[in-house]
Amino acid sequence: MEVFLVSLLNGLVYGMLLFMLASGLTLIFSMMGVLNFAHASAYMLGAYFAYTISLFIGFWLALIIAPLICGLIGAAIEMWGLRRVHKNGHIAELLFTFGLALIIEKVVQMTWGLIAVPYRVPALLDFPLFTLYGTNFPAYRAFMLAISALMFGAIWLALTRTRIGLIVQASLTYPEMVSALGHNVPRVFTLVFAGGTALAGLAGVIGGNYHTTEPSMAFTMGPIVFVVVVFGGLGSLIGCFIASLFMGLIQTFAVVFDYSLADLLRQFGLTVTSSTPFAEVLTVPLPRIGALLPYVLLVLILLVRPRGLLGTRDT
Amino acid sequence: MTIETAQPDTANIARRAEPQPAPKPMFRSRVKSRSQWLWLLAVVVAVSLPWLFFNWSTGRHSGFVLIMLSEIGLMTIFALSFNMQMGQSGLLSFGHAILFGLGAYCTAHALNSVKAGNLWVPTELVPLVGGLSGLMFGAFFGFIATKQRATAFAMITLGLGELVAAAALMFTGFFGGEGGISTNRVTGVSLLGASYSASWQVYYLIVVWTLISTVLMRLQTETPLGRLANATRDNFERAEFIGYDPRMVRFYQYVLSGFFAGVAGALYAILYEIVTFDTVSAPKSATALLATYIGGVGGFYGPILGTILIVLLQSGVSLLSNAWLLYVGVLFVVMVMFAPNGILGLIAMHGPIARSGRIAALIGPYLRVLLPGLTAVATFVLLVEMASFVTIGAEQGKSFKLGGILHIDPFTVLPWMAATAVFAIAAVWLRLEARAFGRVWDELSEEAKRLGQTP
Repeated sequence: MEVFLVSLLNGLVYGMLLFMLASGLTLIFSMMGVLNFAHASAYMLGAYFAYTISLFIGFWLALIIAPLICGLIGAAIEMWGLRRVHKNGHIAELLFTFGLALIIEKVVQMTWGLIAVPYRVPALLDFPLFTLYGTNFPAYRAFMLAISALMFGAIWLALTRTRIGLIVQASLTYPEMVSALGHNVPRVFTLVFAGGTALAGLAGVIGGNYHTTEPSMAFTMGPIVFVVVVFGGLGSLIGCFIASLFMGLIQTFAVVFDYSLADLLRQFGLTVTSSTPFAEVLTVPLPRIGALLPYVLLVLILLVRPRGLLGTRDT
Repeated sequence: MTIETAQPDTANIARRAEPQPAPKPMFRSRVKSRSQWLWLLAVVVAVSLPWLFFNWSTGRHSGFVLIMLSEIGLMTIFALSFNMQMGQSGLLSFGHAILFGLGAYCTAHALNSVKAGNLWVPTELVPLVGGLSGLMFGAFFGFIATKQRATAFAMITLGLGELVAAAALMFTGFFGGEGGISTNRVTGVSLLGASYSASWQVYYLIVVWTLISTVLMRLQTETPLGRLANATRDNFERAEFIGYDPRMVRFYQYVLSGFFAGVAGALYAILYEIVTFDTVSAPKSATALLATYIGGVGGFYGPILGTILIVLLQSGVSLLSNAWLLYVGVLFVVMVMFAPNGILGLIAMHGPIARSGRIAALIGPYLRVLLPGLTAVATFVLLVEMASFVTIGAEQGKSFKLGGILHIDPFTVLPWMAATAVFAIAAVWLRLEARAFGRVWDELSEEAKRLGQTP
């Protein structure tokens, strides 16, 4: 029970962090058809900017400034980069963001060094909030949860209650029609791209000190965010939300349960020895497969239901 | 084609009224014979190139050059096999390295069995082992991945790539974990009696296999399957309507490309005698993607050019600079933005002007663009190198020298300001020159168009 509750909370924290990254990507992907490889790079940039800013003027201002810088970078990428490439098709756009991701990783390495930077949780939040069956729950995780819940609420309100939100929603499904009605769709694109990048930057600010801030963090996070977006389905923020929490929980729970297929077979009276065929596959414990599960799910869902969980159209 | 000629439409009638352009078949055969000369030239260059770097006083080959040339050979096969999916079938794969790497692993195990005497395969035919295992894994992964196309296909291959890469670290029995699988190419079993202990023997083995694979892949584009792959790439609905199953076309194309990726993997195992987790990992897939795209996805030969460039950058620049991946990334982004058809596309663009005989008129404008272009590139490289020196190089105890003479201290402000200023000026200048170049280019291509219509 105690393991279950603690893992549930940790899974929620991780899932919400994933959602902050994935929500921006899902909007970009659904509207513009661009699978943005540089999205996780914005997450990394957010963490590094926050680290540098927090060295000089503190974490709380970094929480606001770093995402804003990321948003500006995103707007610049969309206006001067993607829009140019757009006429060459989706593949070219995707490759453009892929190249950007390479460049950003290298630039980060050259600016902040090859090893992880000591980006720490602010002292104000560095205390255990409550104790659950003898396990401390850090206040910072609660803070992360609060920030991401707040963001979820804000995106939801912005998309459903504001005029620009309605246009964004309409552009998700009928971009040509929205353009025909006289709305400036390219500007909406820039706005969404900048907003999505800023959200990824914010995720970096609060996630960078929870995980580690290092040059490879974009390439470890990137594929998982793709999995979430594709799993949740195009054009569906709710699907993205469910998929994020699901992936977060799966990965957290997989670490906790130390079972393997051999243990499962033992329940049916089959014992696995080293001479059994595929013994190595059968005896791999679940925590080691944990990182693989998202990709297994990705391949499965694309085979069975290419539009994802709640998607409105095929990927 | 036959239908179109049988029912002449208005455009055909209108064209008939005008004087006919040069007869097509003759032109085609001229191109064909020229490309045969290019093949011969490529073979001659590949065979003779190591001897240019042969050290006659010690009687030794340059090991560095031989390995680099061998790498170019096998990566050419790898990139061409990638282009079988991307260029010809429109299937963007993010996990092509799994076919390469699994082929390499299987080859390493096969070589070890040959050495132990459990298996008889002459070293000349060992690449076939890699090819067949690539074929087998291609059939397995292709069965899963080719159910979808376009972005969904890309995502499935991304997932499969990550799965195999993770599995390579997890299952030590087959993959050998972090250390990889070591092997020995000197098995003592050979058709030609060569021992393959010297790297020049391995190089010629790779040359032969690269040639065989390239010819086969070139011929494959002429087969009905190759043509159908193009058809399903351009309009899969129409191909389906005619009665072909686009899924099966994608599948066969994937499997065949798996075979050649496996051959490349096998050559990798033979060359380096160790196969590690790197061979299946995402950076390897990315290398194929970069090489293919920079070279040009449109034609058959693009990936070869791209591979040569990437491997030269990889082995040449990576020795000189910490930041070589940054240069590759910038080159890639510039290509995507300004030359989406790659180097080959850039060359092909000159075709009409060259045929109109006005190519010489471009030399002047080219020279004018060259100066600001080179200045911009040089200052950009200087800026990058200074930055990488400040963060990475200085710790390694190197000092920053330009051309071995001019000593620069990147920890002061002056060189930064000077380099930035020169870069900015060169960029603006380049922009102006590029505009002037564009005007000349437009003029010449207009002229070429007019000449093409009335010869």
